[in-house]
Parts: sequence; structure tokens; C-alpha cells
Amino acid sequence: MTASQIIFYVIAAFILGTALLSVTSRKIFRSAIWLLFSLIGIAGLYFWLELEFIAAVQIIVYVGGIVVLIIFSIFLTQQSGKEMARPPLTRVIASVLAVVFGFALSWVLIERNNFQKTGKAFDWTIAKIGTQMLETNKEGFALPFEAVSILLLAAMIGCIVIAIKVPTQPRPTNEETNTPT
Amino acid sequence: MSQIPISQILFVSTALFFIGMYGLFTRRNMITMLMSIELILNSVNINFVVFNKYLYPDKLDGIFFTIFIIAIAAAEAAVAIAIIINLYRSHQSIDVEDAEEMKY
Repeated sequence: MTASQIIFYVIAAFILGTALLSVTSRKIFRSAIWLLFSLIGIAGLYFWLELEFIAAVQIIVYVGGIVVLIIFSIFLTQQSGKEMARPPLTRVIASVLAVVFGFALSWVLIERNNFQKTGKAFDWTIAKIGTQMLETNKEGFALPFEAVSILLLAAMIGCIVIAIKVPTQPRPTNEETNTPT
Repeated sequence: MSQIPISQILFVSTALFFIGMYGLFTRRNMITMLMSIELILNSVNINFVVFNKYLYPDKLDGIFFTIFIIAIAAAEAAVAIAIIINLYRSHQSIDVEDAEEMKY
């Protein structure tokens, strides 16, 4: 067993263990911190696959953005030290059964397909990704790029509109306050 | 690196997907359900990257899909958290069972 294999197994065990703790922990703040570790483990898996660019994007967007947003919303909406209610036993048993059978079905599909590596080297550079993303020919991704940029703008405006606080009392207008006596 | 077969990496991503599904089934708190959805999206990203790297090494489509999924996940998390905070303001709770009048 080489060092690369050992590193892969350590990363895989780390990802799955922290993800499992994240969905089963009863304190919501601990759950968010386990999610943070799981996402860092996935970034480590991208480093192991020698895709440093995706790993950097994962760390910047997920770990630096989404988890911080989730932790903020936890602080805004609940007492973080309080334990959540335990799910009912029937729901736990049914979920475990559904998940185990779903996993078995997917695993059968993966084993049946028997994916084999092509063995060719995967050559990517950030320059290649950038030029192909903004190309407008058949291989390019300019249209999805623009669609995502419009989506981000719409999401930003939508968040502000949804979360804005509507004043319950209408303010007194100038004419009412400045009425001459 | 070449000694690990593809199926073992797919095992990790499939297990991650179903751990996220378990969280989505058992949790009733909206923030924890959102965290489970993030786990599911990450497992899909791993699949895209692995298939691109090992099966189609002369293309970059999987990497583009991964980048777009990450961007859309960020937008989705922001909108979901805005909705959760708005719901907390009107219901004083972010449990999905307490928001069931929205069904009708």
C-alpha cells in the first residue's frame, strides 16, 4: 500500500465520519462545525485528485461563504446551546432502511458498469479553463456563464427583498408633523 | 494515485449522498436540512470531477459543471437563509412542522 492510497483512505474516512456526525449531532452549532470539517475534507480530496483550482474554489465559496452564512443564521434564529428534539424512532428506522437500500442499488449500478480508467493524463490549466469558459463557439461556456451571473444578481436582489423588514407603523409624513398651529 | 480504482472514489461520493439524504429525512429544522442539501451537492461535484479526470481526460466539461454547481449552491443558500430568517420573524420558529399553513 503506497502513501497515496493511505492518504485517500484517511481523507475518505474523514469526510464520511464528519458528514455522519453533521447529520446526527443534536446541537445545531456542532452540526454546522462538523459540516465545515466535511467540506474541508472534500477540498482535500480535490487536492488529492490534483485539481488545485477546484479545491481553492471549494474552500473559498463553501468554507468561507456558505458555512459562515449558515453559522450567522444559526446565531440569528436560535439558542445554539439548546439540544434539538430527537427524531421519532419510526422515522429513524424508515430513513435508515431507505438510505441503505438506495445505497445498495447505486452500488450495484456502479459495480455493473465497471468503470475503467483511460490511463491518459488529465491536463488542465487555469488558462485553459478561463479561455474555454468565455469562448462563444461550440465548445465554449459563455452562455451558462452569463446565465449564472444573472442568477447571482437575481438571488442577491431576491434576498434583500425577502429579508427586508417591513415597518409595521407607517411613519408620520411631513405634512402631519409640520402642521402650522 | 493510480492504484485507487474509480469505484472506490464513487463509493465515497455515493455514501456522502445518502448520508445527506438521511439528514434530509430525519431532520425537521430548516437550517440542518439546508446543511444536508449542501452535502448532497458536494457528492455530485465529486462525481463530476472524478468522471472528467479518469474517463474523459481530454475535456473539461465536468470541471465547468462543478464550478457552476458551486455558484448556484451559493445563490441557493443565500436565498434559503433569507427565507428562513423571514419565517423566523413571523413564526418565531424554523421548524418545518410549524410552517405547515403554507401548504394550503
